[in-house]
This record gives sequence, structure tokens and C-alpha cells, in this order.
Amino acid sequence: MILDPVILSRLQFALTISFHYIFPVFSIGLGLILAIMEGLYLKTGDEKYHQMTHFWVSIFALIFGIGVASGIVMEFQFGTNWSNYSRFVGDVFGSALAAEGLFAFFLESGFLAILLFGWDKVSKKMHFLSTLMVALGAHFSAVWIVVANSWQQTPAGFHIVSHNGVARAEITDFWAMVFNPSSVERLSHVILGAWLAGAFLVLSINAFYLIKNKHVEIAKAGMKIGLSVAVTASLLQLFTGHESALVVAKHQPAKLAAMEGHFTSAETANLHLFGWVDEKGNKTVGPAILGGLGFLVSGDFQQKIKGLDSFPKTERPPVQVTFQTFHLMVAIGMALIGLSFLGLWMQWRGTLYTCKPVLWLFVASVLLPQIANQVGWAAAEVGRQPWIVYGLLRTSHGISPMVHAGQILASIIMFSTVYLLLFILFLFLLNRKIQKGPVFNGLSGIHHDPRLTVQSREGDINAL
Amino acid sequence: MLFSGLDLNIVWFILVGILLTGYAMLDGFDLGVGILHLLTKGDEERRLMLNSIGPVWDGNEVWLVTGGGALFAAFPDVYATTFSGFYIPLMLLLVMLIFRAVAIEFRSKEPMRWWRSMWDVSFSISSLLGALILGVALGNVAYGIPLGADKEFHGTVLTLLNPYALLVGITTVALFTMHASIYVVMKTEGALQERAKGWIKNTIAAFVICYITTTMTTLLYVPQMTDHIRNQPAFFILAILNMLAIANIPREIYHGREFRAFVFSCLNMVFLLALFGLGVFPYLLPSNPHFELGLSIYNAASSQKTLGIMLMIALLALPMVLSYTASIYWVFRGKVKLNEKSY
Repeated sequence: MILDPVILSRLQFALTISFHYIFPVFSIGLGLILAIMEGLYLKTGDEKYHQMTHFWVSIFALIFGIGVASGIVMEFQFGTNWSNYSRFVGDVFGSALAAEGLFAFFLESGFLAILLFGWDKVSKKMHFLSTLMVALGAHFSAVWIVVANSWQQTPAGFHIVSHNGVARAEITDFWAMVFNPSSVERLSHVILGAWLAGAFLVLSINAFYLIKNKHVEIAKAGMKIGLSVAVTASLLQLFTGHESALVVAKHQPAKLAAMEGHFTSAETANLHLFGWVDEKGNKTVGPAILGGLGFLVSGDFQQKIKGLDSFPKTERPPVQVTFQTFHLMVAIGMALIGLSFLGLWMQWRGTLYTCKPVLWLFVASVLLPQIANQVGWAAAEVGRQPWIVYGLLRTSHGISPMVHAGQILASIIMFSTVYLLLFILFLFLLNRKIQKGPVFNGLSGIHHDPRLTVQSREGDINAL
Repeated sequence: MLFSGLDLNIVWFILVGILLTGYAMLDGFDLGVGILHLLTKGDEERRLMLNSIGPVWDGNEVWLVTGGGALFAAFPDVYATTFSGFYIPLMLLLVMLIFRAVAIEFRSKEPMRWWRSMWDVSFSISSLLGALILGVALGNVAYGIPLGADKEFHGTVLTLLNPYALLVGITTVALFTMHASIYVVMKTEGALQERAKGWIKNTIAAFVICYITTTMTTLLYVPQMTDHIRNQPAFFILAILNMLAIANIPREIYHGREFRAFVFSCLNMVFLLALFGLGVFPYLLPSNPHFELGLSIYNAASSQKTLGIMLMIALLALPMVLSYTASIYWVFRGKVKLNEKSY
């Protein structure tokens, strides 16, 4: 049973996408924050923003590097492990993916070179423009990949054509595919999730500096930037989350029922704060607002919602996983709003920078958006099961028929090892950068680093 | 329709070819720099090698990612069959690309000798194996792989490790190494540049030997690759231009015109891949032994509508991509210097 190629391929995809997804959310969020920091530097000329930008560019580079290394796998994996799926969706899905490469990746990786290595080679304004382009590229990549994934959730703008008895989806209306019913809501939800990840990373590291009484001026200014992004994004996230849920209610009723563990169509649909799904007993236990789901969907507590009993067993997603991941995401979302406003209030009172318990809370808070982003995607993807393309193609029919379970097992073991190594290296280097802190000597461009040999320093002087 | 009268399948065959050629010209030199990496002496030379590709290597890899995306969109069957058929080699390639990225990023972050040596070796081996796997894959495409009527690959990893494919793999390694030697001469000065001039002599010799061997083997064992040239002798001019481009490289080096030598090395790749494309056309994935089951630009393509939309996207994006790729190379022109931002 464990050597079932479908389960193994799903396991591999879950492993590679979860690991990869740690990094792009940081780079999208940090992209925005870098643009703010460097924009403030250009506007005020204040050296602390300069230092800050240098520091966060180097963190960005580390995150981006691992994001690229783990992301190439994603691009290839549809073909290696999901060849039937690729044949079925290539006509529709492929164009979004190719657009991602052409519009987003080239922009991002190209201008990143200037961001990292171009400080002395281009003007300040040109450097700022490059930062904007990198941020834009990071956001573009989210656009196209979420469009492609949303098409899997709510397919539109296509028809099914049979070639020699093999059916596939072909595009009929490109813009209907791009703006399929869930694209806009899900994209805004994903981007805000990424902004939160970036904002709380900035808050976490700066709170750490304040606790250690290091780089205090830079850390205070950094906290302000982080807090303003966190407050904005966490509040907006409430609306996009609600909008996304409405789309699910309309287009993926089985997923909605699983998200709330709602079994019986005839009963009012409750909204659980948390709970446990009894899949055998067809019920969910836990504190709930009676009729709350009906109210959120339609504004009426008495509104009946389709329960899982409306769907044959073969068309239901795994309920427990969908329910728990969804509820964890919502709970974290609420916690982030609370934390953001706590920070804002204490900053207004002038007590934030000295209150160590709260600062420690912010240090740890970097994990929250990460967890929420991960479990949110898990809810979206597990809730779509048993379909790989909702209502059109079953996940079990999407795999590569010629790839054996043993091969997939081998590649899972290989990726696990490599990713573990990568993750350890990532933490090690991130820690080093944090320990070193924002101490760039911005005046000369020459850093007194013992690693540099005398000869190369002379080279630097000649270059100046 | 906007592109009526145009054979979109042929256009996309050429566009995928352009993306792969772009990839070979760009990532070719940074893979080659990796292969040559261990031949340098001392830490500073190794850092110069790394930093010669520092600002551009991950942008170069985007050409492969985009090429893969374009293949997925324009010829989904080719993407699905190749990637699932070449499962193990592709997974190995992915791990090599990850290790390379990590080695470049992390090597100079710690001063310990063992740390740097470890990443130097990783960088070199992953570059070598990466280039070899890409070349072997290309060799298999030229030779044809056993395809069934179900469009699936019916073979094993050993099928892919046939002598012809391995020969093309070795030729690719020689090609990238030659390309990189020229790049290093262009980007460095002093002792390292002198060393790299020595590499050029050896790698040109190695590449020419591989080139002749591969050409003879192709004529003898894969004659279908030359059908189009036999039928339309005008195409032979590509082969002549290719040889002239190769012959001109040592001449430019001799006159100290490093940039022009590099341009001719790029042209060499353009002509090589043009000959390759001509050889397999209209197939993207020829079948061997059942030639009629090959995946061609017609039986493996997306709908005309998608090819048209994608062409619009490409026409919109390619000029932008080319212009900022060019401007970034312009910003980082000249000899590489080490500073505090360096690897």
C-alpha cells in the first residue's frame, strides 16, 4: 500500500512544494519591504535606511537563492511525476507557467544582480528601480502560479477535446482562464499572506536586536516599517479570506463542507472555533457558533449549506485534514491581527521597544505566517481532492504511468536528504547574518574583512 | 486570427530552439566555469572564477526553466513523455543544479580550508554532471528513444545510456568547457588569465576531436539526422559556417580580441543547435526503432489557439527579456574584481 505510485507522487509533491513555499513568501514580502526601505532612504537620505536596505538585501539574496534552487524542481515535477496531468492541462496550464518564466523570473533574477552586486556600478535611482523590478517580479511570479492553480480549482475558459480517444482541456478564452472564478480572491489572499511573512520576519529580527540592545536606532525604524505592513496586511487578509471562502462555497461545495466538517445538509451549518471531526460518526465536535457558516455565506443563520452527505464517498476530500489545516490558518490569522494591533498600541504608548516579553513574542512570531501559509495551502489542495482538476480529472489519473513506485521512493529519499541539508545551511547562514547585523560600511565600499587578500583590496581601490 | 498563414507549430519549434540556444550560450559558460574550477591555484583564483559568473548565473538558469515552461505549453506531450521517461537522470540533474547553487552561495561564507574545498569539489562535480546529463539527453533525442503508440517511453535508464548519447554528452562537456575558457579569459587578468589561455588551447583541441567523432558517428549510425541536408544541399552552409566559427576562435584569441572570441563561441553554439534542430525536424522527440511513432511538432502540440496566444506573450516578453539581459551584462562588463559583496 505504501508503495502506491499515486500516494508516493502526492507525498513527493507535498514535500517539494512545502519546502519551496517557505522561501517565495519571504521574497514577495521582503520585496515590498525593501522597496519601502530604499524608498525612504532616497527620500530622506537618512543613513539608517541605507544600512537597513543593505542588510535586508543580503537576507533577501539568501532566501532567493534557496527559493531558486528548490523552485526548479517544481517546474520539472509536473512532467516527471504527473505526465497524464501535464498532457491533460498543458494547453491551458502551460501558457500560465511559460508566462511566469518570461514575465516574472527573468525580471526578478536579472535585476537581483544589480540589487546585490550593483551598488557601486549604477546610480542610487537606478538601484532603487532595480529593487522595484525585483519586487514586481516576485509578485508577478505569484500572479501566474496562482492563476494556474486557481484554474485547477475552478476551471474556466476551456473545452474538452478528444484526440485519438485521449481527452484534454483546450483553451477557448484566455482571459476567462486567467480571471477564472477564484483567481482574484485567491491571488490577493496569497499575496497578503506573503506580505505578512515578510513583515513578521522583519519584526522578529528587529525585536531581537532591541532585546539585545544592538543596532537600536535601525531596529526601531525597522519595527515601524514591519508593523505598518503587518497591520495593513493582517486586516486586509480578513476580507480576502472571507471572499475566498465565498468562492469556495459557490464553486467547491464539497471543500467548504470539509473545511467546516459539515456532514448533514438538512441541519444548520455551524462555524467551529476548533474541533475534532469524527469521520466514522459523520459529525464534528467542538465549540461552534450555531448556524455561523450559513450566516457567513448568506447572511442568514438558518441558511442550509450542502453537507458532505450530498456527495458520494468517492467525491469527498479527506475531512479531518481539511478541517484542521483550515482552522489552524484562521486561528493564526486572528492572532496576527491581535499581535499587529498590540504592537501598534504599545508603539503609540511608547512602551514597545523596552517591553521584553512582548519583544520576545515578536521574535517568535515569524513562525506564525509561515505556518498559516503552509496549512492554508494544504487546506486548499487537500480540500480539492479527489480531483487534480476540480470535477474534470482525478488525482489518481494524473500520474506518470511509466514511472515506478521504487523510482519515486528513491527520489523522495533524495529530496528529503538534500532539503534537510539545504534547510540546515539556510538557518546557519541566516543566523550568521543576524549575528553580524546591519553594519555595512557604506562610505568606502571597502570592507575590512580578513578574508580579502591584500591584492584584491588593491584591486578594489583601483576600481574606485 | 492574428497569425493566419503562419505555421505556428514551426514557429514554436524555432522559439523552443531559441530558448534552448540561449540557455546553452549562457548557462553553458557558467557550467563550464564550474568544470574548470578545480584547475585553478589558490583561494583568490577560485573566488575570481566564482565571481566572474556571480551576478549572472541564476539568471542564466532561468532560460532552462522558461524553456521547460515553453515546452509544457507548446508541446505538452513532449514535455510529459521526456520528463517522465528520463525520470532518474532528470532527478539527478535537479540535485546537481541544487548543489551547484548551494556551492556557489555558501563556499566563501566561511574561511575554513575544509569548508571551501568541500564546496569547490561540489561545485565542480555538479557542474560536470549537469553538463553531461544535458548532453546525454540531447544525444538521446537525436538518436530517438523507444516510444509506444501510447506516446510513452518504453525503456529503462540503461536505454538512455547508449554509446551515442554518451558521446554527445562528452561533446557537450567539451563544448561548455571551451566556451567557459574563453569567458574566463575575457573576464579576468593576470595569472588566472594566462592559465585560462592555456585551457583554451586544450579545450579547443578536445572539442574539435569530439565534434569530428560525433559527426562521423552520426553519419554512420544516425543517418536520419542528415536527411534534410542531403535533400536540400543549401543547408550545408550551416555546417560550413559552424566550422568557420570554430576556426575563428583561436585567431581572435591570438589577436587578443577576447570578446570577439566569445561571440564566435556563441555563434558556434547557434550553428550547432541549428544543425541539431534541422536534423530532428519535424520531430521534437524522435522514436527509435519505430520512427512513425515519434512525437512531432504536429502530433504533440497544443491547440492552434494556445500557440497563437503564446506567440503574443512571447512577442511581448522576449524584447523586454533581451533588453534587460543585455543591460545587466553591460552593467557588469569588464574584468571581475573582488569586493565585500563578492562570493
